[in-house]
Amino acid sequence: MTQVTMPPMRPVDVAERREASPETREPVFEIRGLTARYGTNVAIKDVNLEISRNLITAVIGPSGCGKSTFIRCLNRMNDEIGSFDHDGQILYHGIDLYGDGVDPVEVRRRIGMVFQKPNPFPKTIYDNVAWAPRVLGLKQGLDERVERALKGAALWDEVKDRLKRSALSLSGGQQQRLCIARAIAIEPEVLLLDEPASALDPIATASIEELMHSLKEDYTLVIVTHNMQQAARVADRTAFFSLDVDESGRAGVLVEYDETTKIFTAPSDKRTEDYVTGRFG
Amino acid sequence: MSAVQPALTMRGDSRVRRRRIVNRLAESAATIAALAAVAVLGIVIFSVAKRAGGELSWGFLTEDLPTFGQTGGGIAPLIVGSGILVGIATAIALPLGVLTALFLSEFAPRRLSAAIQLTIDLMNGLPSVIIGIFAFGLLVYGHTQSAYAGGFALSIVMLPLIARSTQEVLRLVPRSQREGALALGVSRWRIVVGIVLPSALGGILTGTVLAIARAAGETAPLLFTTSIFVNQLTTDPRHAMPNIPVQIFIWSESADPEDHKRAWASALVLIVFVLLTSLLARLALARTRRKLSR
Repeated sequence: MTQVTMPPMRPVDVAERREASPETREPVFEIRGLTARYGTNVAIKDVNLEISRNLITAVIGPSGCGKSTFIRCLNRMNDEIGSFDHDGQILYHGIDLYGDGVDPVEVRRRIGMVFQKPNPFPKTIYDNVAWAPRVLGLKQGLDERVERALKGAALWDEVKDRLKRSALSLSGGQQQRLCIARAIAIEPEVLLLDEPASALDPIATASIEELMHSLKEDYTLVIVTHNMQQAARVADRTAFFSLDVDESGRAGVLVEYDETTKIFTAPSDKRTEDYVTGRFG
Repeated sequence: MSAVQPALTMRGDSRVRRRRIVNRLAESAATIAALAAVAVLGIVIFSVAKRAGGELSWGFLTEDLPTFGQTGGGIAPLIVGSGILVGIATAIALPLGVLTALFLSEFAPRRLSAAIQLTIDLMNGLPSVIIGIFAFGLLVYGHTQSAYAGGFALSIVMLPLIARSTQEVLRLVPRSQREGALALGVSRWRIVVGIVLPSALGGILTGTVLAIARAAGETAPLLFTTSIFVNQLTTDPRHAMPNIPVQIFIWSESADPEDHKRAWASALVLIVFVLLTSLLARLALARTRRKLSR
């Protein structure tokens, strides 16, 4: 939190990033022909995409193109919505997440999620992080686990002296980092971030983005964002979703998926180019 | 300036004045209504207190019931009896009411939830005399009156109140918190116990205390289930138990003016109990709110 870089103004400012080595390219998710519906309303249609390990994958696109629906399919959060229904497969290390005998609770334990609005529990800072490990039976070395999670979320130094204070006393940006700490305390493999910085000011946003770079070492990250600069700054790969309107109705489709640099500098689809250059959306 | 805009006085034309008058009328009507509501409570307390004042003493609270024709005496057995009856009722209604509310707000499919909701609302509107007869037919007829039967009858009064108020506070727990917990790979039931219930605890407590206050004054259900009692301290719930509301009723029917005085004094005790418990509930709620928002 000492040095803060303000967001660059132009979407094409793509940060330098290390070339992902071949062994880190192992796919974590293989999404095959995913169509998601709420009732008769098709949210996303026929999405095919692979998400690789220890990379940050950004999902961008205009409002209503199904970005959130897509990311919520990845940890079965959509199960909570009664009218949700899907076709196609989401393979997680080769296992179909929606297959027979797959417990959505177990899926979510391995695939964590951070939401748009910080949603800390009305408990102490310590208990926010410690609650899930305790419930899941990870009681050994709980204090160390909490400390590790808070350090991982770059929050430890700010809260170490007030762990027993209410989490609601933290600022918005701190609350969001607490939510990230809470998510990584149970050591998931994947972290899904659904517009994690959209409710935060630029300074807090910068610290979340910085944090994402360090989280990449240990986790596979998928971030939904409507902020193109953010995708350009943090993501290794970017998936561009758009709204496809045809005679059967409107549905979100995956237009292009590639290295972030390519998406923002040399997109192969006209719609992507229009979007990233600000001519649309 | 005034030459350019001679009409600008900022005093308003007749329409503005009319609006101001209507506004003032509406405001005073609302204020008077609010004062009237407070006044009713004030008058009730005042009139009861005035008639009861002379009778009320420490002895009145701690002594045994008077025998026929005796002056003095107290209502200790009534207080203990009412306490036990309400205790039994709470022990039944609190877990059932909270679980019902949890089922409705966390687990039930929407249609079933609506049906049960309606049932609870109807139950809340059930005349207490009907509840009394029901408990009588179920537990007293063919057996004897007992505190169990009385507590059971009171629990029917309390159940919908607790269920309803619990449901209201559960609804106040933000959806985002349930989602946050769900995303941690925690099962529904653990989320309810670990996140939802603690947030709602203050509200549940308030609802329960208000239900207790209500049940403590219910008379009809007890007339059927625990009204033929000895006038001594009783703690065995297998027998009918002396209690405040029924004794007030009995005394008020009596020919002895001493008994009337006792009825008023008992009524005051009951009112003070209800007021104190309600106040306590509010304080508890305020405290949990403060704790949650700090």
